[in-house]
Amino acid sequence: MKTTRTRRRTGAGTADKAIILEHVSKAYTVGVPALNDVTLHINKGEFVFIVGDSGSGKSTLIKLLLRELLPTSGRVIVNGTDVGRLKRRQIPKFRRSLGVVFQDFRLLKDRNVYENVAFAQRIIQMPNREIRRNVPSILSTVGLAGKYKARPKQLSGGEQQRVALARALVNKPQILLADEPTGNLDPKNSWDIMNLLEKINNNGTTVLVVTHNREIVNAMQKRVITMKKGIIVSDEEKGGYIDED
Amino acid sequence: MRINTLFYCIWQGIRNIFKNKWFTLASVATISACLFLFGLFYSILTNFQHIVRNAEKELCVSALLESGISDERVAEIRGMIVRRTEVSKVEFMSAEETWIQFAEESNFGDISIFTENPLEDCAHFDIYLSDVSMQPTLVSYLESVEGIRKVNQSFLTAQALTGVNAIIGYVSIGIIVILFLVSIFLISNTVSIGISVRKEEIQIMKYIGATDFFTRAPFVIEGIVIGLIGSFVPLIGVYFIYNEAMMYVARRFPSLSQLFAFVPVESVFANLVPVCVGLGVGIGFIGSFTTVRKHLSV
Repeated sequence: MKTTRTRRRTGAGTADKAIILEHVSKAYTVGVPALNDVTLHINKGEFVFIVGDSGSGKSTLIKLLLRELLPTSGRVIVNGTDVGRLKRRQIPKFRRSLGVVFQDFRLLKDRNVYENVAFAQRIIQMPNREIRRNVPSILSTVGLAGKYKARPKQLSGGEQQRVALARALVNKPQILLADEPTGNLDPKNSWDIMNLLEKINNNGTTVLVVTHNREIVNAMQKRVITMKKGIIVSDEEKGGYIDED
Repeated sequence: MRINTLFYCIWQGIRNIFKNKWFTLASVATISACLFLFGLFYSILTNFQHIVRNAEKELCVSALLESGISDERVAEIRGMIVRRTEVSKVEFMSAEETWIQFAEESNFGDISIFTENPLEDCAHFDIYLSDVSMQPTLVSYLESVEGIRKVNQSFLTAQALTGVNAIIGYVSIGIIVILFLVSIFLISNTVSIGISVRKEEIQIMKYIGATDFFTRAPFVIEGIVIGLIGSFVPLIGVYFIYNEAMMYVARRFPSLSQLFAFVPVESVFANLVPVCVGLGVGIGFIGSFTTVRKHLSV
């Protein structure tokens, strides 16, 4: 088991930061907080794994970044926006700057692959001719060009996650948040998805992946942030999955 | 908002109606059932009020004039009565006309055998009221007019009609309010259930950055269209039942239909159609709008 825990240098400037958490705490009820005084900086264009056991605060972190929750204290800054200061009506526009992928895919079941991806473009009121150009292009990027008419239930788990990925990417977000993207997938599909995420990251998108997948984390040699009971216990440049006993 | 976004929302709303056909059917059935009862009750009530109003129209006060009164004074009194707001119509009956009418009604046959008019001092005004509850006011006024010797009134009938009118008013308001509240409760519950099962869909939309308007619009359009269909179905039903009822009464009870004429279906529907459509569309709109709002806080 790795025992060395190297705190990364965060740097003084904030212009190159995609995500900044400053002394962020989040408590749902009285008792142990889900996040406890977490400070974290993620640079633009980085690929970061967030790992940790259940209840370590990973999901709370994602919810704070999505502005689904507000921190009890501290500041969450995403793409230069102080998320805590956002008004309710500003949230949709803020979320459009993020791409999100969930473990359970969260596709619109009554719509086909094309419409699921196009939906993200309709939200930003993209003209139809642009949608007709962008959606096939992103579907071919994720390898689903031939399945644009299929409904989610006609696809495998891996394919569904690719659709979710295409939907997250079609608006060209600066940050991609992936919450257990391989949680429901077999090893082959998991690797396919991770390779796609790496490709996306190579094109300049900041990628933040919350995962339990030890094999992938250890193999990819990316920055790994390990959380336990609401605090960051390790932050390594090219880290691996730390077993916490 | 772009025009294609607007069309997209409308198209999604209409598509949802066919996609969620069981929910649509349940909602339309609930709205139809509630508005059908409402329509039926409204039709019955309108006819009942029509009957009472007709009875009121027939009710008159007779002001008997003093014998030997001059024609000028009769005209003066007539003018005074006509000017009163509670009066709708005034008819003068001379002593001769009164006698002829009485004889006809009593089947006296040939009245030429009477050398004198037995109702010589019975010249009078028949005064019809626009509001039967004002009869006592009118009577006390007439009793104070010089030249009128006696006022005959049907006080009990007037009182009974006023009472019936008031009861119909209270009962109808009560029943309409109850039906309205029950309708809103049932319909919004049905709409809520239909939308709640799709709350995941709403949440997905919100997660990927849809505005409240964009998320809500298809559901609201769906609610409005369901409300519209749900209001037209009972209107068609009430229309046919009403016409059938009119024909049935005319066929089976001809004497009754002579006494009480039904309100024409066009008159009933002139009010019923906008009220039912307004209720259906309004409830569909409010039900879907408020239910979606519950799931928008993501």
